[in-house]
Amino acid sequence: MREEIITSGRMNPMIDPQLHIWHWHIPLYLFLGGLAAGILFFAALYTILGKEKENPTAVKIAPFITPILLVVGLFALFLDLNHQAYFWRLYTTIRLESPMSWGAWTLMVVTPISFIWCALNIKEIFPRWEWKFKFLYDLDAFFRKHLITMSWILLIFSLILGMYTGILFSAFNARPLWNTSILGPLFLTSGLSTGAAAIILMSKSHEERLRFARIDIMLIGIEMFLIVHMFMGFLASTQVHIEAAGLFLGGPYTTPFWLFVFTLGLAFPAILEVLELRKFKVPYMIAPMLVLMGGLLFRFIIAYAGQASRWLY
Amino acid sequence: MRYAMAVDTKKCVGCSDCVVACQTENNVPIGYCRDWIVEVTDGTYPQLEIEIRSERCNHCENAPCVRCCPTGASHYSDGGTVLVKKYHCIGCGACIASCPYDARFPHPDGYVDKCTFCLDNRVKKGMDPACVSVCPTKCMYFGDLDDPRSPVSQILKKRKYKTLIPEAGTKPHLYFLI
Repeated sequence: MREEIITSGRMNPMIDPQLHIWHWHIPLYLFLGGLAAGILFFAALYTILGKEKENPTAVKIAPFITPILLVVGLFALFLDLNHQAYFWRLYTTIRLESPMSWGAWTLMVVTPISFIWCALNIKEIFPRWEWKFKFLYDLDAFFRKHLITMSWILLIFSLILGMYTGILFSAFNARPLWNTSILGPLFLTSGLSTGAAAIILMSKSHEERLRFARIDIMLIGIEMFLIVHMFMGFLASTQVHIEAAGLFLGGPYTTPFWLFVFTLGLAFPAILEVLELRKFKVPYMIAPMLVLMGGLLFRFIIAYAGQASRWLY
Repeated sequence: MRYAMAVDTKKCVGCSDCVVACQTENNVPIGYCRDWIVEVTDGTYPQLEIEIRSERCNHCENAPCVRCCPTGASHYSDGGTVLVKKYHCIGCGACIASCPYDARFPHPDGYVDKCTFCLDNRVKKGMDPACVSVCPTKCMYFGDLDDPRSPVSQILKKRKYKTLIPEAGTKPHLYFLI
């Protein structure tokens, strides 16, 4: 029986600490990307459904923060690179096998559309805004004419963006905690939920807030189901997956995850939103702020814990 | 052509000559290394077993690092070796996170570095990789798996061997004789 194993002398002191290769940049970017994807998804969805009037914040106001989120996120990604002068190599290749490659291309679609979306709605923020040149008016008219087509593109690509943030992790079989295909849908749901939360925070209309509270409750429900499902999958899998799950079931990430993400970031805000729908007087800011905090923390925990999980040999 | 390496765990004494030879041959920056020694002590005193392995990149046939590289910098080269194109690498770290053997590291100059099987600097000139040629116990074998007369094919025919975490599905080309 194997009772004791001592592995010593890998003798690469400069390398082993470097194996924790991703620090704050990647989880921050995944949060911002997911949040932007969520907001843009709802903006595109309600434009396609023709319900801009009922959801003024979701369609016209909330998208204003998405270019900022995406640019800050992209800048974080850039800072994360070790060979920064060659970042443009991302855009000289398309590698479908690599989630990072098609994620980079997805951003090249979503980011410009987010800027165009803001430009089309700029009068909502600055009522007396005038474009300085005629061609800008022409462009404005062009995009307005093709608004529905653009919304469909945005709808699809925002879903891909939200999904890819999870698939980026799930493609790595070397880190068993990440190596689950549930992570794609889970990060997408979390992104949509944080998007809904951001819209609630910015909305001035009570009806719109309640509508998004309803959507958010549903998304949180799905997310909690996916999380439980993920751990069930790990526990029914191989030893490395059981040990990866162990990081959250008694291991170092137990309290941060189950208390701050699952309870305070998902369950508690869902309860607050249910109470609000039942006409209890709850300050409406609390639930969405907790959802946003939970979403950010969730990505940090998954990014850090994933790098602590490994194959045994 | 499929280059592979076999390391005899019964003969390896863990002297680290292979590590130093590689660092010298490949100008590996100080403090880093492309190959390393692992000692595994197994059992309960006084019944102990020790296994010493000289490890490096496994030059996998189904390499996760090649799959996840967003720019194609990590690629399959001659003889199935897995190499990194320095000026295509953006240093994103995806390959480092994807390697189950932890064989890659960010070079201080920014790109990702790892074992090359000394392909361009030695193997293509008909020599063995630096680590193989300096080994004082001659515990390493290198060659082409498709050539039945190569040292690695010969020794794998004669001896029992294992690969590291074959269940990761990587089809490694680094064999350990047991």
